[in-house]
Amino acid sequence: MTNTRIFFVGGLMSFRAQFNWLNPWILVPALLVSPVAQILLFAYVGRAAGVGDDQFFLVGNALNYAAIPCMFAMTFAISGERWGQTLGLVLVTPARRLPLFLGRALPVIVTGWCVAVFGLAVGSLLLGVRMGATVWPGLVLAVCVTSLSCTGLGLVMGAACLRVRDGATLGNVVFLLLLVFCGTNVALEDLPSWMAAVGERLPLTHGIEAARQLASGATLGSVSDLLVRELAIGLGYAALGLATLGWMERDSRRRATLERM
Amino acid sequence: MRDRLRQLWLCYRLQLKILLISPFEGFLGIVFPLMFATATLMVYAVNGDEAAMAYAGLGAAVMGVWTSVTVSASTLLNRERFAGTLELLVAAPTPFSMVLMPITTAMATVGLVSVGITLVWNRLVFGVQLQIQNWLLFVLSVLAATVTIAMFGFLLSVVAVRYRTAWALGASLEYPGWLLCGFVVPIALLPVVLHPISYALAPTWAVEAMRIAAAGGNPWNELTVCLALGLGYAAFAAFLGVRLIDSARRNATLALT
Repeated sequence: MTNTRIFFVGGLMSFRAQFNWLNPWILVPALLVSPVAQILLFAYVGRAAGVGDDQFFLVGNALNYAAIPCMFAMTFAISGERWGQTLGLVLVTPARRLPLFLGRALPVIVTGWCVAVFGLAVGSLLLGVRMGATVWPGLVLAVCVTSLSCTGLGLVMGAACLRVRDGATLGNVVFLLLLVFCGTNVALEDLPSWMAAVGERLPLTHGIEAARQLASGATLGSVSDLLVRELAIGLGYAALGLATLGWMERDSRRRATLERM
Repeated sequence: MRDRLRQLWLCYRLQLKILLISPFEGFLGIVFPLMFATATLMVYAVNGDEAAMAYAGLGAAVMGVWTSVTVSASTLLNRERFAGTLELLVAAPTPFSMVLMPITTAMATVGLVSVGITLVWNRLVFGVQLQIQNWLLFVLSVLAATVTIAMFGFLLSVVAVRYRTAWALGASLEYPGWLLCGFVVPIALLPVVLHPISYALAPTWAVEAMRIAAAGGNPWNELTVCLALGLGYAAFAAFLGVRLIDSARRNATLALT
């Protein structure tokens, strides 16, 4: 029961606190305007370059933007506690670390999912991309899996924030890597082989590929291997993140670096 | 006059030092647009059209100036607020606009560094050759872009003075600016309804002037419109700044606590 309470209530409180939510309008420019603007930017770049079609850029960038809340919220969950001088208090509690940190991940996954679905819906309206009603359930599932896997990477970054002082910069750099390496705007087969090889090992890549195939009418069964791979990569990063969190926590206590600003 | 120039210079130099050692505003202000320029050029590179690559490469270089200014300027006053120096700046005998202008110019200077880095990056990574017919007018156009974007940042910082989460506003202006100013996409491709917004933005004219200068044409008309718009931003920001700050002082809302 205590673990469930830590998971849900602790996670929700941490999530609200990190955005300094005095009212939900902060979400509008940060999480609703920017993803649509990024989709439009690359859709028009594609049109100008005569590469791909609007649907290709719509799906790629909508899912890419799911990474933003997933990575940043996890990063800020740690650095925000430090900034609020509550990190020591959180880590000194006897609460189990798994619900403590996974509870902070849950609202982030939901946010990432909402951002990507909003981007897909509004982007398709603005660009005139027509996707049949039958496409959406599979697409929504792909978005959900991708949000989950990006949150796994977010956990690794959250762990790094126990040591790295500037979480915002770190988050942006990783977001940029995902933008360039994951086939967001250029299909994996058009990337140099070394970049494609890196992309194969990052979250997002297989989720985007699956979502593109689903948007083009593929069945859920035909992309299940891609979604399973995306999920496996995400879980791998989540396991790495949790292990690193434990290690960094112990190391921070030993070195007394927890509150270093 | 001499005292004013000294104040402007000192303020500019101090802020530039602060920005250049800031990982978020210095390092990221350069790397973020650079990576977006990379993503953009990767799309153009799929078809390997050299003329299109050169077109996009030139505009992509200015993306950094826009990013450095809009993202940082929107949070400028909040930064001072959190540092506890906003009240001191407002209470100082120096006009508030004379404090803000060198700060946003310092931000634009960081962007100017990113112009150079992006041009070199485009050459090394994508083989985009910079072929400039008229270097003098080209450099003038880049400077016009820098100065007018700084003035836009000045206006933005004033407008956001009462907006507690102004960082989100600045971040959300980044992509629309890149698109609307025609940095990497010709404005003619955008919906007609957006054209008036594009033409009301000074960087649109500056980028156009850069492209005309690079092609050996005469960009003076574009430069004139660009600078006129930049002056308009500055005048409006100065006008608005006095009123907004007066209002904040009268209602004791400067600290937003």
